[in-house]
Amino acid sequence: MRVLIPTPLRSYTGGEAQVDGCGATVAELFANLNAAFPGIRFRMIDEQERIRQHLRIFVNREQVRDLTVPLRPTDEVQILQALSGG
Amino acid sequence: MKRMNADRTSRAGRREASRETRPARRSRAGAHDRVLLMVGTRKGAWLYHGDGHGHWRVDGPHFLGHIINHLVLDPRDKHTLLMAAKTGHLGPTIFRSDDLGRTWQEAAEPPAFRKAAEGETARAVDHTFWLAPGHTDDARAWYAGTSPCGLFRSEDGGATWRGVDGFNNHPMHPKWFPPEDATPDGSVIHSLLIDPRDASHLYVSASGGGTFESTDAGASWSPLNKGVEVNFQPDTYPEYGQDPHCVHLHPLAPDVLYQQNHCGIYRMERSRGHWVRIGENMPKDTGDIGFPIVLHPRDPDTVWVFPMDGTTVWPRTSPGGRPAAYRTRDGGQTWQRQDRGLPREQAWYTVKRQGFTCDQRDPLGLYFGTTSGELWMSTNEGKSWHQMAAHLPEIYSVVAATLR
Repeated sequence: MRVLIPTPLRSYTGGEAQVDGCGATVAELFANLNAAFPGIRFRMIDEQERIRQHLRIFVNREQVRDLTVPLRPTDEVQILQALSGG
Repeated sequence: MKRMNADRTSRAGRREASRETRPARRSRAGAHDRVLLMVGTRKGAWLYHGDGHGHWRVDGPHFLGHIINHLVLDPRDKHTLLMAAKTGHLGPTIFRSDDLGRTWQEAAEPPAFRKAAEGETARAVDHTFWLAPGHTDDARAWYAGTSPCGLFRSEDGGATWRGVDGFNNHPMHPKWFPPEDATPDGSVIHSLLIDPRDASHLYVSASGGGTFESTDAGASWSPLNKGVEVNFQPDTYPEYGQDPHCVHLHPLAPDVLYQQNHCGIYRMERSRGHWVRIGENMPKDTGDIGFPIVLHPRDPDTVWVFPMDGTTVWPRTSPGGRPAAYRTRDGGQTWQRQDRGLPREQAWYTVKRQGFTCDQRDPLGLYFGTTSGELWMSTNEGKSWHQMAAHLPEIYSVVAATLR
């Protein structure tokens, strides 16, 4: 599936704004992303499996707040940076 | 309050006590040794390479836009840097360089609390606040203090980190560090001190919470706050709940500790077990409130502080808009103002707890960074100051390392 990467995380993807990902859930997708781009998951998801405060995840333009949300190979996952102050 | 007089010992007496516990004297650095100055700011890190003859080469920014709370050189190998970083959007991490900042690698497992069991408080590291190299005999060990209050240890040079369970899961942890007592940017663990004679003898401090000691490598902990005032609670001398801002032990006299606290400047001889408020001897119109404290590496009686305004609504700026360091050469019995070269008026900055430091040269070099992004130095132990840099982002930490 297509995964859109925001600028703060492109240091992990070699500058790529878009990468291929796979997984039956958002949690699986992020685990696989971390295998491909080590360290990227912890910058987005804390140790209690919570999406960090200033990140947003959209699946087919619908925001998801739960890592158990199922995914299909045709889905588009967009990771965005929210507002975080000056 | 005159708590210190009854406990005051003579300078000679203290020196005698210090000699008993003093490790082998370190070789003295020269006036022209190279210095690496590591500056962490709210928007990135800068390295200043001093050639020992007054010339500085600026290397930075590193990680522009990242919040850098601490950047520290490993004194055991003098080429490894560890940096505590996060951004506004992304979670916290540790970056490591083994070539003085030319290249960086991210920690494979940054400090993180363990997954909470059902019914437990789910803690997550917001940021690593303090980094400390481990004992000299423990070549790859590092410690990290975090916000919220957590203590972590790495045994592989900072690549992977594990919580110190004896601290993070101590039954008293929720009472020692209640979330409602957190400082505005979140409660922090700082001032991770290791007894140079004994790697298992540790001190940590928390804002708020107080200072704590372990003699078994972190398996168990006890509060060490006797004599330290808490003027923001009904019980003004509790067992814990203090707000130490910065605590150091002296490398040559490890049983002598100093702290700049929210409620004054204190000194402790560990054998006595209680703190003495040496800040009572500061000029009354300046007071003894501040964030940092710096110890002269070759003289346990010489200490610097950088006072701030802790009156009324606590502006936390230079008192009267006239910044100055204050130095004692007699363990806090007397203090001398050192402001030559600093602005005489209308300078309202703050020097944070990690923002004032020294090198190892002789005479000692002193450095401080301000919330207004100015970097200042003294090559003569504070007799005069000059500005090294301005217009940096808000400075969180300044660390100096002497290289030969």
